[in-house]
Amino acid sequence: MERTLTNYIRALRTAGAGVSTTEAIDAARALELVGYQDRGLLKMSLAAVLAKSQDEEVLHDRLFDLYFSYAETKPPRQTQSEGEDQEDSDSASDGSVSDSEGQESNGQPSNGQKQPGSGQGGGSGQDKTGEAGEDAPLDLLELAQSGDATRMAMAMAQAGARADVDQIRFATQVPYFVRRMLEELGAETLDKQLMAALDERTEEGTARAEALIEARSTLMRNARAYVEARFEVFGRSASEAFMNEVMMDRSLGALTKSDMERMKPIIAKMAKKLAAKHARRRKVRNRGQLDLRRTLRANAGNDGVPFDVIWKTKRKDKPKIVTICDVSGSVARYVRFLLLVLYALREKVTDLETFCFSSHLVDVNHDLESLPFDAAMDKILREVGNGSTDYGRAFTDLSRQYDSTIDKRTTVLILGDGRNNNGDPAMGVFQDIAAKAKRVIWLCPEHPTSWGSGDSALLQYKPFCSSLTHCSTVADLEHALDDVLLAYG
Amino acid sequence: MTHTGLEFAGFESADTVSARLASVGYISTASISTAVYLAHHLRKPILIEGPAGVGKTDLARSLAQSMEFPLLRMQCYEGLDESKALYEWKYGKQLLYTQILKEKIHHLIGDADGLDESFKKLAGFQDLFFSREFLEPRPLLKAMEQAGGSVLLIDEIDKSDEEFEALLLEVLSDYQVTVPEIGTIEAIVPPLVILTSNNTRELGDALKRRCLHLHIDFPNADLEARIVRSRVPDISERLLAQLVAFIQLVRDENIRKLPSISETIDWAKTLLLLHADSLDPVMVRNTLNVILKRQTDIAEVNSQVDQLVRKVLTEQAESA
Repeated sequence: MERTLTNYIRALRTAGAGVSTTEAIDAARALELVGYQDRGLLKMSLAAVLAKSQDEEVLHDRLFDLYFSYAETKPPRQTQSEGEDQEDSDSASDGSVSDSEGQESNGQPSNGQKQPGSGQGGGSGQDKTGEAGEDAPLDLLELAQSGDATRMAMAMAQAGARADVDQIRFATQVPYFVRRMLEELGAETLDKQLMAALDERTEEGTARAEALIEARSTLMRNARAYVEARFEVFGRSASEAFMNEVMMDRSLGALTKSDMERMKPIIAKMAKKLAAKHARRRKVRNRGQLDLRRTLRANAGNDGVPFDVIWKTKRKDKPKIVTICDVSGSVARYVRFLLLVLYALREKVTDLETFCFSSHLVDVNHDLESLPFDAAMDKILREVGNGSTDYGRAFTDLSRQYDSTIDKRTTVLILGDGRNNNGDPAMGVFQDIAAKAKRVIWLCPEHPTSWGSGDSALLQYKPFCSSLTHCSTVADLEHALDDVLLAYG
Repeated sequence: MTHTGLEFAGFESADTVSARLASVGYISTASISTAVYLAHHLRKPILIEGPAGVGKTDLARSLAQSMEFPLLRMQCYEGLDESKALYEWKYGKQLLYTQILKEKIHHLIGDADGLDESFKKLAGFQDLFFSREFLEPRPLLKAMEQAGGSVLLIDEIDKSDEEFEALLLEVLSDYQVTVPEIGTIEAIVPPLVILTSNNTRELGDALKRRCLHLHIDFPNADLEARIVRSRVPDISERLLAQLVAFIQLVRDENIRKLPSISETIDWAKTLLLLHADSLDPVMVRNTLNVILKRQTDIAEVNSQVDQLVRKVLTEQAESA
């Protein structure tokens, strides 16, 4: 298969799109069919074959432009020496082709028997940089001065491949790879020449030195541009993925404002994953239990002979979640994330009621549904968040005013630290709620060692909760919600 | 299996696809045509995703029409199983034949002595009840049996159960159906398969991998105008430009169910019926229920009709 294509597929994979071998083969077949001539057609064809969802399509669109942009540098037609023009016309008319051939010849850099003008579009560039002999530095000087974008691109692509630039993962590696590329280009000899020219201490020598310095910086600039372009293709998404992984396990309390923005797509992705995982059928077959009545009716036409057997089914409950969030100072940050996830799960959890409290309980459903999330959150924190925390009051409010929201298929999800300011925890009311609900799940951002310390009433509530878990990172949140939904699986 | 693909003029390029589709009144985009072109040559199914009413199902119908192939349609729903999708045994006929056989059995084994010989005689007959005679083909098997090629539309695959997806895999990748009692039935000519999904649930990777992916979104104003013009040819250019511009604006509003192309076409027909030659706020208000299907959405847009119509009209005046 074509090297350009395999490299591109590798770039897609690093960026997080799962491309299977079958898809890679299909891509090669599609490429054979449409060719490199029509860039737009190629892009759409590869999108159809390689991208399997809308997200992947966006990824593909971005990467395709990045990846094939380097190959697209418009080559000037003249400056080719030694009558290679005719043979070259084929590749010069189409940047992508010259790129692919350039890359292909990199596959066997030792294969130096190709003569100049042997008809290969990438031939000239390859031979000149490939022979790392005496004339290489001269060539570099000439290359830098000629201003020939095609040859420069070719030289860069080859040096880049030898320097393994595609392995780049982090932006901090750029200078390292630029140096590696210059080494591969043979800049060392250039340096030696420069030293020699300076040592001459003549006017002619200084002029040569200046030209050499100029050439060196041209090469450097080109190498840097090449490495940065490759970083966009191979590195950025890899380092993004790494950062996201780190984020998953970082305490939500320690997140900065800029981290919040990064969290949003992560949370959206996580919600999607959860929704997909729990997107099971709502009906399950009760294996082995015959629905006699329906079977008889269905087979009346067959003289009562039971050809079509109908089994009894059991309908599963849809998730119904009542969330009670403590929005007083210390817990507020965590509430933001919990609600963000819950509202991202809206498609799956249609029955969702949210209450927030500090001193008394407030129904915040309307705000969350009508306003954009951040605005709703700010409003809630402003209106509800400034009171002293009273868990007892909140539970009492819930059972008095919103009694009907809790039934035997409701999961009550409580997010709070249980610090009740030494007030009345209203244990009786809490006990009633717990008895009525399907499950009561308490998420506490505090570490288990401090549960029950000071004014925390957490351990008093604990016996009546189905589960009480420490929840301080996105990964914890994911587990907790997975657990909630699992009960309805 | 032949590799020549479908035996009709064939699609030489993506542009041929567009031209053929246009001849039956389907205005295609470059990405749609490319996907069809690839599907045709790579012999792969196309999985089309996108909001309701953007012409996913219609693409299959138009393709069938333009290639003059029969269209076999399978509507998916929860609980769809192989007896509805692949094949079923004709129980009634089997039952009837059993009755007949019961009466005739005497003639068949009449002169045989003892059980052993009767069995031998019976074994001489073919497996009568589980043969092609008694097989009732459902859409998937039917598509395999079309000698002249066909377009197989598997509509709203996301509505079916996950188990059903697994059932489709054999059909989608190898174009064959295996009936345990008979064997494997291969497609005479592989059908062009189109699957549509409204994305109510995530489809399995195995299924996605076997298909080309095509996402059809709401069209831009220019494309939408061309589509409406091809479907409602009597409409005046002035009104067409206005109503398309209006719909495009409505799609930017904060509403739950966005109006799709089919709604635009319905609206164009409605306005034509009312002899409108230009949008005016009163008429738009009265016909809002054609393009919006939710009461809350109607209320939301209703309050802004004046503003939107004014915007559309001034923009048109400026461009003219």
